[in-house]
Amino acid sequence: MTGLRAENLTLAYDRRIVVEGLTLALPAGRVTAILGPNGCGKSTLLKALARLIRPQAGRVTLDGEDIHALPTRAVARRLGLLPQAPIAPEGITVGDLVARGRAPWRGLLAGWSAADEAARAAALAATGLTDLAARPVADLSGGQRQRVWIALALAQQTEHLLLDEPTTWLDLPHQIEVLALLRRLNREQGRSIVTVLHDLSLAARFADHLVLMAAGRVLAEGTPEEVLTPGALEDAFGLRALVIADPVTGTPLVVPA
Amino acid sequence: MTGLHARTALTLAALAAALAGAALLALMVGTRPLAPAQAWAALVQPDAADPAHVVLRQLRLPRLAAGLVAGAALGMAGVLMQAVTRNPLAEPGLLGVNAGASFAVVLGAFLFGVNDSAALSALAFPGAALAAAAVFVLGGAGRGGAGPVRLTLAGAALTALLMSLVGALVLVRTEALEVWRFWVVGSLADAGSRPLAMMAMVALAGGLLALALGAALDALALGEEAARSLGARTGWVRAGTLAAVTALCGAAVSLAGPVAFLGLMAPHLARALVGPGVRPMLLAAGLIGPLVLLLADVAGRVALPPGEVRVGVMTALLGGPVFILVARRMRLGAPA
Ligand SMILES: Nc1ncnc2c1ncn2[C@@H]1O[C@H](COP(=O)(O)OP(=O)(O)O)[C@@H](O)[C@H]1O
Ligand SMILES: [Mg+2]
Repeated sequence: MTGLRAENLTLAYDRRIVVEGLTLALPAGRVTAILGPNGCGKSTLLKALARLIRPQAGRVTLDGEDIHALPTRAVARRLGLLPQAPIAPEGITVGDLVARGRAPWRGLLAGWSAADEAARAAALAATGLTDLAARPVADLSGGQRQRVWIALALAQQTEHLLLDEPTTWLDLPHQIEVLALLRRLNREQGRSIVTVLHDLSLAARFADHLVLMAAGRVLAEGTPEEVLTPGALEDAFGLRALVIADPVTGTPLVVPA
Repeated sequence: MTGLHARTALTLAALAAALAGAALLALMVGTRPLAPAQAWAALVQPDAADPAHVVLRQLRLPRLAAGLVAGAALGMAGVLMQAVTRNPLAEPGLLGVNAGASFAVVLGAFLFGVNDSAALSALAFPGAALAAAAVFVLGGAGRGGAGPVRLTLAGAALTALLMSLVGALVLVRTEALEVWRFWVVGSLADAGSRPLAMMAMVALAGGLLALALGAALDALALGEEAARSLGARTGWVRAGTLAAVTALCGAAVSLAGPVAFLGLMAPHLARALVGPGVRPMLLAAGLIGPLVLLLADVAGRVALPPGEVRVGVMTALLGGPVFILVARRMRLGAPA
């Protein structure tokens, strides 16, 4: 029972049920992409997996333990979430923002330790930001800024990393840059990555495992080839599409009909 | 954030030195000016027969202490308010603290004819604390907890309500108006009669709590969800922050009355000097607040001899233009 699992999860805002009876095992050590139409509950599921909302029924387990039975800080050392719209404080530099990822590891009044510095340096290096550390975040391009947030999550040194639409708002080269970075982090550092994505073909290219959602349920999960079928796309998005092999990578390429 | 940068440490040291200079001025300047040597002698070898020494020890020293405590408290409270509401225009008064103190003072004057400075000071603190508690309950009651917008709205609503009650009471009774119109400007002149030691302890407790919450507030600055995924228990962080703001503002308003503008200005100057980390900002604003307040108080003593201008007037009068100048030069508030 290792890794992150959702068992019979029902999630609601007030009484409006958004996700119902969802069971899902996120494969450890892999890149998983969650796909589905707007409003189908992807962000809600991600928040529940990160312990930000309490399920109405069912539970989320981290290595077999109910995540709500674990202390907040203990969870924050094992699982990081990059929300869809995090806020960069005015005037903050790249290095200082990334440093905030160390919060769950620092004592109440403790100073900045050598371990903190090592984690920050590694996070900056992995995201190619070392030379930009002293720059204000506000001066960066959208793609660089997204790398800063990923670096913050890396400095948190969690084995699980959840990201909500990290590529939305980015142009295609920057989307690819971010996804390649995530996959590299997975391959080189063994982190389990779960990310919500919108571009189906890019998801197929960069993720090992896809989860296709619609209306608060999981319609299909498995390898890109298993999940991205014309039938599933029609069911999830009402989209009539052809699925062909990507001429570059051989992964499924969705061509709207 | 990463501990103190060397530059930050230097800045704080420079601010502390400037504050020491302002404190010395505050001891020397007044209707009876003292030379530095005289002031020093009065401190270390007081002579009860020397009127200059008596002035210094009984008037200027308490006044200086009240200015240090109230200024530091307002500066730090402003940092906390801006951090917890994520609103650069937030200031300590927003939580209804000053309105609560005003209401308590006017009510005391109205019902019991209270008009001496010590009693007003004793009324101001519970008034401030009750108002802050009410805002927290109103803004945080129900589902969702105390979000920044709800807190701000609850504070604005309670302030409007209390100030309309104050307006009604002072209209009915002129004695209450007389008491209130002097109190509300904010002054350090009556410091000797105010509960200095107690309010210093209250402010110290608030300041320590604020520093302890610094890291959690740094996380909260990134947004609610990011903060919680970084392990911050945001509900508790807000509650603790408001407790600290209440202690700080309550102490300040009790010692100096509702000094306007300082709690808004100090955090912005602090951010421009030491960056957006909450703990360095608290330290810097805790030095900038008393620096500005003491300088304004000294200026008020020499502005219109033989009388003096109350510090609440001087802070806004001098602070306003200086703040605008600095804001333009350092591009405060502009996306860097
Ligand atoms: N904080 C909230 N309060 C109430 N309803 C919400 C909230 N967040 C999302 N919802 C609703 O829940 C549903 C699922 O939203 P979400 O999980 O954000 O979808 P997705 O991320 O897949 O676009 C939507 O209908 C949305 O309107
Ligand atoms: Mg979403």
